[in-house]
Amino acid sequence: MIIYGVALLSACLVAGMLIGEGLGIILGVEANVGGVGIAMLFLVLACNSERFSALTEGAAGSGVKFWSAMYIPIVVAMAAQQNVAAAVDGGVLAITAGVAAVAVSFALVPALSRIGTGADSDGDKEESAP
Amino acid sequence: MMELLETVFVRNNLVVAFAVVGVTIWLSYLLANKLTAGRIHGSAIAIAVGLLAAWYGGVATGGNRGVADFALLSGIGLMGGGMMRDFAIVATAFGAQLSELKKAGLAGVISIFAGVIVSFVVGAAVAVAFGYTDPTEITTIGAGAVTYIVGPVTGEAIGASEAMITLSVAAGLVKSILVMIGTPLVARYIGLNNPQSAMVFGGLMGTTSGVAAGLAATDPKLVPYGAMTATFYTGVGCLLGPSILFFIVEAMF
Repeated sequence: MIIYGVALLSACLVAGMLIGEGLGIILGVEANVGGVGIAMLFLVLACNSERFSALTEGAAGSGVKFWSAMYIPIVVAMAAQQNVAAAVDGGVLAITAGVAAVAVSFALVPALSRIGTGADSDGDKEESAP
Repeated sequence: MMELLETVFVRNNLVVAFAVVGVTIWLSYLLANKLTAGRIHGSAIAIAVGLLAAWYGGVATGGNRGVADFALLSGIGLMGGGMMRDFAIVATAFGAQLSELKKAGLAGVISIFAGVIVSFVVGAAVAVAFGYTDPTEITTIGAGAVTYIVGPVTGEAIGASEAMITLSVAAGLVKSILVMIGTPLVARYIGLNNPQSAMVFGGLMGTTSGVAAGLAATDPKLVPYGAMTATFYTGVGCLLGPSILFFIVEAMF
């Protein structure tokens, strides 16, 4: 049943969001801390677990795959409702600050990705552990 | 006739949005294949078209939700809103490899903190270069360069003026839009072609919308890895902005 997959996806998102809000309150922050990321982790765990195979395989799986495939169209709709006019109106200071932050962050990607490969061996050890 | 059209379109706004976005994507892929011979990804063009339309919508209606402020296209707001965006982002994790996530876990966490601090420092430095000397104002602009959510959250917490908060939102919007457009263009040069670098990228950029769209236009397979770290970024930013980062700026100015 397709709805089983959709329900699993929804349950993961709601659970992740609840934890994210809770984390925000614990940390005293007015924001959801990683709710979506935690939800993704739940879904990855469910996909890799035998216990949830009834919710992730066959027709149920296509319920999740449909929403995964709708991702780009949803992102296009998201782009179409951004407040681009306000960004353009922000003036030189806002544009300079935004452009500079992006440029420096882009430049840091290769440097930090190398830390990733450095941590490779640790990750492999973890995986081989029973 | 116009009234009839409006009634039907408004009553079925989400369905209209599906059709409009579908046609936009079809046209964008056509353009990508015919004009650029597939060099520019169709979804990159579709996102750029969306942003252009959003700019026009904002200018024409004076609203702040792009084309969604046109009554006939209000469904775009629903389809591209936070709820559907998060739902679809989580769905992309279907089939993501747990081992890849573990491999880049440490680099991912470091990149979140590094990303928040670097963007803040750059934003604050730009504010200083523009002649701001008040620590509250410098912090608010720095926080805006983190994301357009961290800017106002920090600004309100430390008592910045309404004008400074608006400015910080604008800086965050510029960042988000630039990540959407720039990512597919620079991906090759910054080695953004594997799950590890995607996680680092998500952590460094942090703007969920920017990362989501930027990676979609680069390689949809990387989306879950980048989105995973990016969604922690705003929370960390809201945590550091009004506290440690503000205290440091205050001590310096």
